[in-house]
Amino acid sequence: MNRITKEGAGLLQEMAGLDEGAPLFVQIAERLADEIADGGLVEGAQVPSTNELAAYYRINPATAAKGISMLTDEGLLEKRRGIGMFVAAGARDRLLADRRKRFAERYVEPLVAEAARLGMDANDLVALIREASHGQGGTTL
Amino acid sequence: MTPAISAAELTRRYRGQLALDHVTFDLEPGSITGLLGRNGAGKTTLLRILAGHEFASAGTVTVLGGSPVENETILRQMVFVREDQTYPDLKVGQAVQVASWFYPNWSHDLAGALLEEFNLPVNRKVRKLSRGMRSALGIVIGLAARAEVTLFDEPYAGLDPVSRQLFYDRLLADYAEYPRTMLLSTHLIDEAAGLFERVVVIDRGRIVLNSAADDLRGAATSVSGPAIAVAEFTTGRPVWNRRRIASQESAVVAGTLNETDRARAAALHLRLEPLTLQEVVVQVAGAPAASQQERTSA
Repeated sequence: MNRITKEGAGLLQEMAGLDEGAPLFVQIAERLADEIADGGLVEGAQVPSTNELAAYYRINPATAAKGISMLTDEGLLEKRRGIGMFVAAGARDRLLADRRKRFAERYVEPLVAEAARLGMDANDLVALIREASHGQGGTTL
Repeated sequence: MTPAISAAELTRRYRGQLALDHVTFDLEPGSITGLLGRNGAGKTTLLRILAGHEFASAGTVTVLGGSPVENETILRQMVFVREDQTYPDLKVGQAVQVASWFYPNWSHDLAGALLEEFNLPVNRKVRKLSRGMRSALGIVIGLAARAEVTLFDEPYAGLDPVSRQLFYDRLLADYAEYPRTMLLSTHLIDEAAGLFERVVVIDRGRIVLNSAADDLRGAATSVSGPAIAVAEFTTGRPVWNRRRIASQESAVVAGTLNETDRARAAALHLRLEPLTLQEVVVQVAGAPAASQQERTSA
């Protein structure tokens, strides 16, 4: 998501760091979902208003509103009349469950396919993954 | 909802030259629309007719429910900021004051804040301003007027990137608080893309694209890789453009790609990149006239 925008991409998006692939409102929804999943926005916390999001990401307020309503439709945000939008109970767990599923589809399946092309089987892969996670344990260098 | 701006079969001829050719479109109230196209495409002519500065040869234009021509009620609710706007021999402060008398929704606070942010010297004669400063003055008036219909025609000639960013930021902030109908023509498409809810592309006097901005993201994809694989992937798909170097090819495929398409592209080792708004406009507005018909539906 955070890949560097290519040359000639918009000043507006570049400064806000948005990727130009998906529709803008989807990107706004994804940013907020990321924050919820990472715990930056905890359950019950108030999320920024449409106008705040529009000003921060430098996008049309209608676009920001569409992003918010996408998350409301999924039940991740809830509206409290007259106050604003809040992170719904259970939102983080649902996002994480969803992401674990997507992790398999996005990373594991292509990983297995590419390994097969290189003549590696599941055992070779497991060995590689073990090796890599040892490195992450803090014993590198 | 009654459209804020409505054009029907609008045609403008200059000595047999067609500047506008049966232009028909509606703009909903409370939206920001980008008016895009090449030089000489007809953007300024269209805006001038909407603003009542020029007459159509045929067709009708309705702004806020009526004809803008010599209609003071409507003209006071409409501001038109042109590229290289000229002013009478006034000081900056006086030009702003004159404008404030004309527009009923004028915000003195906003005008004052913008004059300061753009570093405009209120006591300097407008004709002594640099090009960029004159553009900034137009922007101050265009925003502070808070007119129900706000038309900007390439409003930032000579403005530096910092000032342009300031323009976008202030426009968005004020629009969020005081929604109105804005139509902005620009060549700096990607830079301004985030502002637009709708995009209208005009080419040789005709509308070649009129679409929600969201629908244009992913509306076309650049597919590149080995020419044989590109050929296989693009068979049976509408292709806008192909470029080739040695055994590598890059093709622009119109239409959205689904998961199956993406998986297939990955299997063929092809790179997929969504076209930016600017790239989409270049494809649509830069095309030879003959092949343009199919694109209007894209």
